[in-house]
Amino acid sequence: MQLHNLTIREAHELLTTKKISSVELTQATLQRAHEIDPKIKSYVTITDDVALKQAKQADERIAKGENVTPLTGIPFAAKDCISTRDIRTTCSSKILEDYVPQYNATVINKLADAGAVLMGKNNMDEFGMGSSCENSAFFNTHNPWDLDRVPGGSSGGSAAAMSASLCSFSLGEDTGGSVRMPAGFCNVTGIKPTYGRVSRYGLISLVSSFDCIGPMTRDVYDCATVLETIAGHDEHDSTTFNSPVPQYNQNLNKSVKGMTIGIPKEYFVSGMEAGVESSIQEAIRTYEKLGMKIQEVSLPNTQYALPVYYLLLFAEASSNLARFDGTRFGLSISENAKDVIDIYLQTRHEGFGDEVKRRIMLGAYALSAGYYDAYYLKAQKVRTLLRRDFETALASVDILLAPTCPTTAFKLGEKTNDPLEMYLSDIYVVATNPAGVPALALPCGFSKGLPVGMQLIGKHLDEQTLFQVGHAYQQETDWHKRLPPL
Amino acid sequence: MKLTYEPVIGLEIHAELQTNSKMFCACSADYSNAPEPNTFICPVCTGLPGALPVLNKKAIEQATLVGLSLNCSINEFNTFARKNYFYPDLPKGYQISQYELPIASKGYLDVLDDTENPLRVVVRRVHIEEDTAKLAHEKNYALVDFNRAGVPLLEIVSEPDMRTVEAALSYATKIRAILRYLGVNSGDMEKGVLRFEANISVRPSGSSELRKRTEIKNLNSFRALTRASAYEIDRQIKVYESDGEVVQETLGWDEARGVTVSQRGKEDAHDYRYFPEPDLPPLQLDRTWIDSIKDQLPELPDAKTQRFIKQYELKRQEAILLTSEKSLADYFEGVVFKSNSPAKTIHSWIAGEFMRYMNDSGVALEDIKLSAEQFAQLIDMVTDKTISSNSAKVVLNEMLKSGGDPQEIVKAKNLAQVSDTGFIQEAIEKILSDNPKEVEQFLAGKETIVQWLMGQVARATKGKADPNVAKELLVKALEARRK
Repeated sequence: MQLHNLTIREAHELLTTKKISSVELTQATLQRAHEIDPKIKSYVTITDDVALKQAKQADERIAKGENVTPLTGIPFAAKDCISTRDIRTTCSSKILEDYVPQYNATVINKLADAGAVLMGKNNMDEFGMGSSCENSAFFNTHNPWDLDRVPGGSSGGSAAAMSASLCSFSLGEDTGGSVRMPAGFCNVTGIKPTYGRVSRYGLISLVSSFDCIGPMTRDVYDCATVLETIAGHDEHDSTTFNSPVPQYNQNLNKSVKGMTIGIPKEYFVSGMEAGVESSIQEAIRTYEKLGMKIQEVSLPNTQYALPVYYLLLFAEASSNLARFDGTRFGLSISENAKDVIDIYLQTRHEGFGDEVKRRIMLGAYALSAGYYDAYYLKAQKVRTLLRRDFETALASVDILLAPTCPTTAFKLGEKTNDPLEMYLSDIYVVATNPAGVPALALPCGFSKGLPVGMQLIGKHLDEQTLFQVGHAYQQETDWHKRLPPL
Repeated sequence: MKLTYEPVIGLEIHAELQTNSKMFCACSADYSNAPEPNTFICPVCTGLPGALPVLNKKAIEQATLVGLSLNCSINEFNTFARKNYFYPDLPKGYQISQYELPIASKGYLDVLDDTENPLRVVVRRVHIEEDTAKLAHEKNYALVDFNRAGVPLLEIVSEPDMRTVEAALSYATKIRAILRYLGVNSGDMEKGVLRFEANISVRPSGSSELRKRTEIKNLNSFRALTRASAYEIDRQIKVYESDGEVVQETLGWDEARGVTVSQRGKEDAHDYRYFPEPDLPPLQLDRTWIDSIKDQLPELPDAKTQRFIKQYELKRQEAILLTSEKSLADYFEGVVFKSNSPAKTIHSWIAGEFMRYMNDSGVALEDIKLSAEQFAQLIDMVTDKTISSNSAKVVLNEMLKSGGDPQEIVKAKNLAQVSDTGFIQEAIEKILSDNPKEVEQFLAGKETIVQWLMGQVARATKGKADPNVAKELLVKALEARRK
């Protein structure tokens, strides 16, 4: 039995029947991480001490039979934009290379309360800005399915770590596909929940109005388990919903027969890799076999999704990143500074990577007097149209189905010189974030040996249906069970 | 003919709200009582990565109270915005404020201008924001204390409706009084809880144009507001008189030199890149909630003044004096309630000896040892002639200084007024025989000498003689010497 390959559900079963201990599971996973990750480079920080301590505590909980949850004793990793007390949290940026938060993100506290075991922090595109993990200021992460290829981004480290079984689940963060796109590239399951379903408190903001923390797991069942644990209202985050969190796994096996899947026609135009398209078509057929109805729907404003997404991202990010000024935490370069402005300039010049600087400048421009109406305000108006697109389309169907990316994982370095080309890889995943709706990504096949991902997009706060439909698919297929040849 | 000029003044008033916690976190807002710098802080108010703001309900209530008091309409739908700029006292690199949809707008405040004529100043908007940290500048560096960062701040913006410095002062004074009435701000300007910004331009009298204005920031006292405004008006007039152009700019006030100084010109003015704060959903205020806040409104200075004039038959100025501070008005009414004397008499005592003591000693009304009931007893003793008003002043000062029961003090000091004619007669006879010259003068027709002699009587009887009785006896005794 290879402990690191266990799903959460399988591990939980073994833990609670005392066939294995959390210390054993954690040690096995840590050992694998130390062995394999030098090739993948999915972790920025591995927290052996914390993990073993928490594993021991989990074992005590299990021994006493007290407060044992489905995540007690399960090792996980978190994207490095999620604050962890006393454990450095870098956003894969030089400006935060040595930053150690004084407090835990709400999701980290919730997982700690549930008894989950923190293994470490995952590499990402700096501050979440990128689609390949190549914008990490530290190093590239490699796709476990082909080490010459990118894992996707920006949660590339979290996807690769999950894919390579270097944790039992990971927490990604999806601002415009950052969970789903790498999930597709790395053959894992991941969800971008409804905006406001999971607290952002302690998540280092990229785009406050888009950011969603979401689990990345081996399968839908595990995904539902983790989301149920981390979701819910948080008094520290005014944008979280007050509505109760369903027990997602209770209704996972409900039949999908008679439900309707909408296929957004705008997503099936030129530019999609043949192998991706055929995998998606195959998935649609699988659903037909399960008795679901397929209906073409329209998201008429799709062509505006990318510009709207990036404009709002630039604008909010330019403001969100203002606090990195070298005066209170993180990198501070004050040598030879004549005044405080010099400290700002030097610190930010040295601390931020090119892509971050590019986006801050674009955002400051879009918000400045004289341009605000033409850019920011216009984008917000179109954002409303995007939201309506989804509302309208989802009024006549239960869920939407689409690819997560027009291609499979591309080669390292392939798109780094062309930011626009890189932005286009997010074409299918960005629109959900301005709209706020949830979307579940899951493996649906392979193209030339590389994983293909699809996403199911649902109604506001209706993660339940996504899990139900996703689970039904995973009962029929075994794509999600395939592991990379490491 | 020489052109005369008219100033055009608008005020922005920044008032910290008196909430227990800060605007967006649970830290104590009582920064002036913090044990040391950077003790009332948390990830939110120091702008740590990932920290998020949460609205302070009490601050919203207080802001609503202020808006209603200034006759504003309260916006049921209001939004927060980010004002982006870099400065070490601003930890997030932006201040959370309100921009397009503030909590209250389109109100007014009636004040009196320099000629005591009524002036209606339009209040453009009232919005909520957060205060900044405090910087302590050292020789080669500055230290930042975040205890004040995130304290709720209200900005009250007037239209440029004031035409004299006196009118601006009158407006500012009244705003301060209202804030204190509402209990939302101590008005303690030395602590910086209330700060002014004056927008000033001048134009030829009679013209209706709006010329280039300057903005004087950080005026921390009424004195600074008055002096800086007067100086700036003068300066601008001189600029126009020498055919110059006023530059639209931000100015500071150099208190020591008594001059305004340029801080930055328009060309390098900040572009604050305002946009809606995505971390805070729009604030929806329920009509019934607003009404419930309206029910909490206390009687405000104007209404109280009107009532005092009517109910206590006071003159306008008398009523205005008493209602300038809610605590004073309450104290006055407390004395009136406990006393049998006319309200006018009570006003005289409060406006006279009582306020003189407070001004001289600097003791705040809250710290006065004299209860309204004791004050009432004392005044009633004068009214029913138990003691003379001169004695009462002695007793009042004693009570103000050391407290105590008025009757006991009167007894201890043997100040009870005497109507015993024998005792008074005795004193008068002695005075008249001791002062033959003055008696002569009286008999020669100088009747005013009676006042002087009355003073002697008061002294001899230690103020205990009932003045009416004493005067009657004195005149009788003088007349008796005509023969």
